Amino acid sequence: MTDIEETPLPGVGLKHEFTAEDGSRVGVIHHRSGRRELFVCPPEDPDSVRISLSLSDDDSHALADALGGSTVVENLTHLQQSVEGLAIDWLKVQGESPYADGTIGDARIRTRTGVSVVAVIRGVTAHAAPGPEFHVEAGDTLVVVGTTDGIKAVEHILSLG
Amino acid sequence: MDHGALLLVELGAVVLGLGVLARAASRLSISPIPLYLLAGLALGEGGIVPLVTSEEFIEVGAELGVIFLLLMLGLEYSAGELVDGLRSVAPAGLVDFGLNFTPGVIVGLVLGWGVVPALFLGGVTYISSTGVIAKLLTDLGWAGNRETPVVLSILVFEDLAMAVLLPTLAALALGGSTTGALVSIGIAISVMVAAIALAYRQGDRLGNLILHRSDEVSLLTVFGLTLVVAGLAEGINISAAVGAFLVGISLAGEAVDRAGSLLTPLRDLFAAVFFVFFGLSTDPGDIPGVLLVALALGVVTAGTKLLSGWWAARRHGVGAAGRRRTGLLLVARGEFSIIIAGLAVGVAGAEELPALAAAYVLLMAVLGPILTKIADPSRGRSSVPQS
Repeated sequence: MTDIEETPLPGVGLKHEFTAEDGSRVGVIHHRSGRRELFVCPPEDPDSVRISLSLSDDDSHALADALGGSTVVENLTHLQQSVEGLAIDWLKVQGESPYADGTIGDARIRTRTGVSVVAVIRGVTAHAAPGPEFHVEAGDTLVVVGTTDGIKAVEHILSLG
Repeated sequence: MDHGALLLVELGAVVLGLGVLARAASRLSISPIPLYLLAGLALGEGGIVPLVTSEEFIEVGAELGVIFLLLMLGLEYSAGELVDGLRSVAPAGLVDFGLNFTPGVIVGLVLGWGVVPALFLGGVTYISSTGVIAKLLTDLGWAGNRETPVVLSILVFEDLAMAVLLPTLAALALGGSTTGALVSIGIAISVMVAAIALAYRQGDRLGNLILHRSDEVSLLTVFGLTLVVAGLAEGINISAAVGAFLVGISLAGEAVDRAGSLLTPLRDLFAAVFFVFFGLSTDPGDIPGVLLVALALGVVTAGTKLLSGWWAARRHGVGAAGRRRTGLLLVARGEFSIIIAGLAVGVAGAEELPALAAAYVLLMAVLGPILTKIADPSRGRSSVPQS
């Protein structure tokens, strides 16, 4: 993840900035008044602000939403998914999958990969703890728990058999 | 009209006039300070329309103006920022002091004013205008520039230097024995250090103790406390301005941001009155005589600020364009130069100082922003560029 540098601006507020992949310097100044200022310095002159945008509280939230959630939330999700070597994933069963019209037992997922199918989501309903006899249809989403490698293997099984 | 009615009308007309000037300044996007000074010059003795009844009120208002300016300056920075500022830019701050204080002192000595008035003039040429520069940074959208932390840290350093300079100059202005002056300076500096140390450790608690969730309570408490401390400071000869600055520094924490927003309108009102008063007490007839000196001093000290700013920015790894901007931004002088000149009133040998300081600030408060904007026209406005 990109490092965000924090610099106090005495009398003005706090500046957070990072260098983007194209070399631009991008940052946000939190003014003491609560106003936020988004600025961009072009790669050819990273010392000088080229674009600056003044944002109200609501504007900032709208922009953050538009950009796809904060890093904190992403990190949290990431953390949730990899507790002590365990990963959770949501795998969709495609129409061309060899198991699209069979039972969970047919795929022998747990035997082959050690990964458990903890739920099947069909439409808006979730079927928790499905047994080996549970009938899987194309378009279902399997919620699986296991090691990261195991889950990769399941993905492979689901698509190729 | 009786006296009371006349006072109200005259005062109202003055403040209304300032309102018009402030509007014009905002339209032209310049600092209103030079316009206030000009208004004061026009209204004073020997001016175009001398005031009759409201001068006394304006004098008290001016005193409050200095107190508010210094209180807000103290509130502006937390003790932590002051200490950090001191650490990070100490060499640059000292170079800034050396290069910009000296020209004033030399000119004062050459004019034959004597040592003490010459030191005052050094103070006038040394301190950049925090107000003008902060406004420029916002207007131009430069807050995110690489050199901005350097510029702000130098301003913080100058403000700390003010904390030493003001009581020193105030003690010198009183004349008297060298021992007496040294004792005053010693007291002022130890109290200042103690206040900063206190604020560094306990500023948040102190702020929360004094400030209240009711704006009314906070305003009255802070205002009253500041006046009392300023008065006591004046009483022991370390100047009311220093007392107000101390109160400002001692308060810290989140509560202070709110106090700041409460006090800003009062500061704006009384600071305007202060600049008018300074103009009032300066005889416009003295200005032509010092104009050439002011011009020469302006050119030299614009150069020295440019130099010290350039050097400071280079030391902090800023590129050439940023170094130029640092120097140019710091050229602006304003409120604090006037405060220092105001302290010198009554000092033997400093009779020409108010006129020279007024002419100098008139020049530099206008010249600084203009030079800055000319030097970087491509990024004149804080908006998304048209493509």
